Amino acid sequence: MRADQLDKNEYFYGHKACAGCGGSLAVRAALKVLGERSIAVLPAGCMSAVGFNFPQLCFGNNAIISMFAGTASMLTGVEAGMRRRGYKDFHAVGLAGDGGTADIGIQALSGAIDRGDDILYICYDNEAYMNTGIQKSGLTPYGARTTTTPAGRNIRGNIRPKKNMFEIVAAHDIPYAATATVGYINDFIDKVEKASKIRGTKFIHVIAPCPTGWGIPVSDTIEVAREMADCGLWYLAEYENGKFTLDRDPGEFKSAEAHLRRQGRFKHLTDEDIDLIIKSRDEKWEKIRREWK
Amino acid sequence: MRRFLSGDEAFAEGVRLAAPEVISAYPITPQTVVVEKLSEMVEDGSLDAEYIHVESEHSALSCAIGASAAGVRTFTATSSQGLLYMAEGLVYASGGRFPIVMMNADRSTALPWNIYGDQRDSLALLDTGWIQAYAENAQEALDMALMAYRIAEDSRVSTPFMVNLDGFILTHTYETVDIPDEEQARAFLPPYETENRFDFDSPKNIGFSAGPETNYIFKYKEHAAFERAVGVIEESERSFAGIFGRKYSGLIDTYLTDDADYIIVTLGTIAGLCRDVADKLRSQGIKAGVIRLRYVRPFPGKEIAAAVGSAKAIAVLEKDISFGNAGTVYTNVAAALQWAGVTAPVYNFIGGLGGKDISSDDVRRIYDDTAKGTDRVTFIGIEGDAQ
Ligand SMILES: Cc1ncc(C[n+]2csc(CCOP(=O)(O)OP(=O)(O)O)c2C)c(N)n1
Ligand code: SF4
Ligand SMILES: [Mg+2]
Repeated sequence: MRADQLDKNEYFYGHKACAGCGGSLAVRAALKVLGERSIAVLPAGCMSAVGFNFPQLCFGNNAIISMFAGTASMLTGVEAGMRRRGYKDFHAVGLAGDGGTADIGIQALSGAIDRGDDILYICYDNEAYMNTGIQKSGLTPYGARTTTTPAGRNIRGNIRPKKNMFEIVAAHDIPYAATATVGYINDFIDKVEKASKIRGTKFIHVIAPCPTGWGIPVSDTIEVAREMADCGLWYLAEYENGKFTLDRDPGEFKSAEAHLRRQGRFKHLTDEDIDLIIKSRDEKWEKIRREWK
Repeated sequence: MRRFLSGDEAFAEGVRLAAPEVISAYPITPQTVVVEKLSEMVEDGSLDAEYIHVESEHSALSCAIGASAAGVRTFTATSSQGLLYMAEGLVYASGGRFPIVMMNADRSTALPWNIYGDQRDSLALLDTGWIQAYAENAQEALDMALMAYRIAEDSRVSTPFMVNLDGFILTHTYETVDIPDEEQARAFLPPYETENRFDFDSPKNIGFSAGPETNYIFKYKEHAAFERAVGVIEESERSFAGIFGRKYSGLIDTYLTDDADYIIVTLGTIAGLCRDVADKLRSQGIKAGVIRLRYVRPFPGKEIAAAVGSAKAIAVLEKDISFGNAGTVYTNVAAALQWAGVTAPVYNFIGGLGGKDISSDDVRRIYDDTAKGTDRVTFIGIEGDAQ
């Protein structure tokens, strides 16, 4: 499905996300694919904070805020409850941030995958706790400056690599998992559509830049997201029937250095820091290209 | 049908009769028997429900909230550490007005670890917006399971309901219990109907944020629901008596209070021993009485004051302490009596922590000390050296 073939109805409309918000784009596109017979569960985080301000409620479909740690567990209950009411053709979809997914919500997510609950869990990844003011999460990349990993004289931002959420999820033998980016929105839309047709637990990890937290112009969201995949600092892949597939090999990488240098959160990095990032990217891709063909 | 059941088993029978559609629970002693029994009922088909093996208590309640938002009847059960782990979900469920029913096996909380009964777990969470009832015996536990759903789901109430059973003393003690038949249960408990649920024809955003301009209105509505709950509890008990032939006495249960000089106010299983001692004291010419709180939320302030009447002194006996002050039940009772203009002294006795036995001698001493006058707060069994 192409973006211009999407449902013309809006299901996430009138919210107060910042201009250029990648997360709101992911939520909007996903709900257009899933349509009116979907029930969205959003934990505490930017997307619930901007969309659920009584009396200005912005979801055109059924939606609820879950506890921060409870996206997956609430989805389980919603799915079971609606099924008990006799509904068959609906989607219980979670739209959770990186912190809500890889940190506080990972236990509930693991439990839901383990049970095989028929839910679609979408993690929009802006690589920090944005709603509370840009603090480090488990998906904050190496080197990034956040408000809890300041770039000072002694420590230069986040000293830990990004948690490998996609493979952690895949290790549960989940029926379907994929990575995506709002930079390649058609690919994301296809993956949401594909996931919506699979029974059992589905997981999509979509990169969604946050101009506010990343220190980029609001007009650059898509370009930066696309560049992140093109320079190899993100990858588009799927896990299905026990196998990994790489969906897109950018071949020769675009400059990772230029990609990092244009973002305020990486401004402080030294050449050595950037070399380290490139080295770990190359190691990752060596493995991806070898194993995910 | 009469059967010999433990409190946990009896409660599970009550849940079966209430027929929740989604059950999500995580095991913890001394609640485990309930979830095991319910699993067996789901397996053998005597209960047609989704039994969801959640990976934590936080998820148990989160899942129940999700199912309740979908519009179906739900059940969960826990105890102690599990209840505390659910704390975030407790306020979430009540704020969202989801009439979830939970059984809590009252148990001590770590540290030090202890699996035995006291009431510090549930009383610590009194302010989370759940109706809190305390059963005294297995029959009442079963009956409360049914009544809990009817009261919680009543549209005038729409508030989650926690039924508390003293750990081991009630959860694991066997009694002969009358199990109502399913037809009676259906007559008493109508199917759950609500508008507070997802709807594909008219989509709903529920569980939202509300700023300072409106937040207090939502909170006031929660409070007002508790005031209405008092009448709904009475109504439900009347209907219950009509269908099942068993009568309950509303928020409190009184024993020989009409002319009593000295009254123990307490809750849970220990009330039986208190009544026993009151009988003995009466035979010695001492006018002793007992008030058992069946509900702590809504709090029976007026009812307690009316039952206390012109008693000379009152004791509050509880298995709980709010460190740095007094027992939580005591502060509630004392405030209610003060408000009602009762001037008799009110003393607090803390006992049974971590499952420590409260003996009839202990209860007799409580009556003695109350008659003579004593400290505001007394820890039963702590004297001299222990301090
Ligand atoms: C139990 C709990 N702990 C902490 C918070 C505070 N909190 C709300 S949103 C948030 C950050 C969310 O980050 P993420 O999941 O990445 O979503 P984002 O805001 O970046 O979209 C935090 C820490 C909370 N609501 N609940
Ligand atoms: S802070 Fe970032 S994630 Fe949050 S609304 Fe603004 S752009 Fe979106
Ligand atoms: Mg984030």
